[in-house]
Amino acid sequence: MNLTEQTPAQIADASAITPPTRRTPRRTLSATFGRQPLGRRATTRIVDMVTFVVLAIGAVVMIAPLLWMVSTSLKTKLEVFALPPVWIPAVPQWDTYVRMWDDSLILSGIRNSITVSLTVTVIGTFTCALAAFALAKMRLPARNAIFIGLLSGIMIPFPTLMIPQFVMFSKIGWVDTLLPLIVPAIFGNIVMIFFLRQYLENVPNSIVEAAKIDGASYWQIFWRMILPIIRPAVAAQFILWFMAVWNDYLAPILYLNTPQNQTLQVVIANMNVQYATQRDYPLIMGASFIALVPILVVFLIFQRQIVESVALTGAKG
Amino acid sequence: MLSSGTSRLHRSEHRWALLFVAAPVVGYLLFTLYPVAMAFYTSLTNSNGLGVARFVGLDNYVRVISDGYFHQSLFNTFFYMIGIPIGLALSLALAIGMSRAIPARTALRTIYYVPVISSLAAIAILWQWAYNGDFGLVNQVLAWFGIDGPNWLADKDYAKPAIIAMAIWKGLGYSMILYLAAIQSVPRTLYEAAELDGANGWQQFRAITLPMVRPVTFFLVVTNVIGGAQIFTEINIMTPTGGPELSTASAVWYIWRQAFKYQQMGYGTAMAIVLGLLILVITLIQFRLNRRNSFVLD
Repeated sequence: MNLTEQTPAQIADASAITPPTRRTPRRTLSATFGRQPLGRRATTRIVDMVTFVVLAIGAVVMIAPLLWMVSTSLKTKLEVFALPPVWIPAVPQWDTYVRMWDDSLILSGIRNSITVSLTVTVIGTFTCALAAFALAKMRLPARNAIFIGLLSGIMIPFPTLMIPQFVMFSKIGWVDTLLPLIVPAIFGNIVMIFFLRQYLENVPNSIVEAAKIDGASYWQIFWRMILPIIRPAVAAQFILWFMAVWNDYLAPILYLNTPQNQTLQVVIANMNVQYATQRDYPLIMGASFIALVPILVVFLIFQRQIVESVALTGAKG
Repeated sequence: MLSSGTSRLHRSEHRWALLFVAAPVVGYLLFTLYPVAMAFYTSLTNSNGLGVARFVGLDNYVRVISDGYFHQSLFNTFFYMIGIPIGLALSLALAIGMSRAIPARTALRTIYYVPVISSLAAIAILWQWAYNGDFGLVNQVLAWFGIDGPNWLADKDYAKPAIIAMAIWKGLGYSMILYLAAIQSVPRTLYEAAELDGANGWQQFRAITLPMVRPVTFFLVVTNVIGGAQIFTEINIMTPTGGPELSTASAVWYIWRQAFKYQQMGYGTAMAIVLGLLILVITLIQFRLNRRNSFVLD
C-alpha cells in the first residue's frame, strides 16, 4: 500500500540516474532556433552520445547472462568449473546439443508444449474474436453486463482457483493429461476479448448494417468482414498469448506427473534438479536455451508488431 | 439500438450474438465462477483432494492467522515488491534515453526486451547458476572489482535481494517499452513552450514528462503488484526448498507446497482465498489513490 504512494517520488529520484536529461535542452528541433544554435546543437550531440554509451553498457548487462548461458552450454564440464573462469570455450562442445536429443524428454517436452500452445491459441483466438464481435457490434440483451461480468474474472488470481480446479479435473480423471491446460483456455481469454472489442469500437457500425441489408448472415459478416478487419490485432494478441502459454510453468507442474507428458518448461526444470547433482551444467544450460529459442525466433520475426501491441496495452490499461 | 428493425429480426440477432459469446460465458461459469464457489466451500473443510472432506468451520482461517510460516511467506512476497519502484525508475530513465536521437535504437530496444519474452523457467535456471557462489557469472564479474560475493541463494540475507535483482532484469524491457510509447506521444510543443519559458531539463521532466507518463506508471504499478503477489516460478526453481529458513518462500509457493505436497487442500484453499482478497483490496486501494491524485479526466 505504501508502494503506490512512494512510486512517483521514487521515479523522480530515478532521473538522477540519467544526468544527460537534466541540464541540457532535449530537443534538437527547438535547439536549432535557439540563441546559440551551434553550441546547443553540439551539446545535444554530446548528450546523445553519452546516453548511447550508458544505454549500450546497460544492454551488455542485459544480454550477458544469456550469452553466458550459451557459452556454458558449449563448455566441457572441466571448463565450467575452471578458475579463473573460461569465458569462451576453447573447443565448442556442440556435442551437448546432440546429447540432449538422446534424452528423449526434451523431444516429448517440445511436442507437448507445441500441442498445448497451438491448440489453445488457435481455438481460443477464434472464440475470442467471435465473442468480441458480438460484444462490440451486435444487439445482445445485457451486453455490457455480460462484458463486465467476464472482465470481473481478471480480478481472481489463478492461485485462488488452482486448488478447486485441480480437484475438479482430478474427479474426471484429467490429471496427468494435457487437457486441464487446454480445455479451460479454449473457451477464450478475457484480455484478448477486451482488446479485440476495443479495436472493433473504431470500426463504424454502418458497414455491419450495410452488410446486413445486403442479406449477409452474421457468420458471413464475421468471417468475411470482421475477421479481416481485426487481423492485425488478432495477430499481435495471438503471439502474446502463444508466448504466455509456451512459458507457463505453474499450471503444468500441478497437473503433469509422468515425465513423458510434461511440457518443455517442466522438463527443463526437472533436468535442472537431476543434472545439477551430476554437475552437467552444459546440458542444463543447453536445454534451457532450447526452451527459449522458439519464442526468441518468433519475437525477432514479429518484433515490431509485438512491441507495438505491448505499447498499446499500456495506453489502453 | 434506436433503429426500428422488426422484433423478429432483432430476436434472430440476439440469438446469434448469444451463440457467439456462449463459449467465454460458459468458460467463465465453469472454470472461474464454479471454482470460486468451490474454493469458499473447500476452505471450510479438511479436504485432501481425494477422500471425504469433513466440515471444519473456520478452523483453516484460524490457522491462517496463527501460521508463522504463512506470515513469513507473505512478508517475503511483499518484500520482493521493493523491486517494483526500482524497476520502474530504471525503465523510465531508459525510456527517456531511448527517446533521444541515438544510434542503434532498435537494436538496443530489442536487447532490453529479450529477457521479457524469455521463458521464466529457463531464466530462473540460468540465474540460479549465475548466482552460484564459486562458479557463477555474478561472482566472477564481482571478482574483477575485487569483491568476494556471497553464495547468493544459500544465504538468507542475500537470497531475496538476488531474486529481486533478477526480476528487475527480466521486467525492465517491458516497462521501458510502455514508458517509451507514452513519452513519444507527449506533444513536442509542450517541451518547446517550457524551453521558451526557460525551464531546464529537470524542470521539464518534473512538470511535463512525469505527469504525462502517469497513467502508464499507474498501470505498471497495479499489474506489477498483482503479478508480484503471485510470484512462484522463480522461487520454486531457484530455491526448491523455499530457501534457507524459508527466507525466499513466497505465498503462492507455500500454498502450493501445503496443497500439493502435503495434500492440505482445505488449508491451502483458505490461504489462497486470503491471498486473493489481499490482492483485491490492494488493487482497489490503488485505484482509489489514483483517482484522488489525478486531475485529468479520461
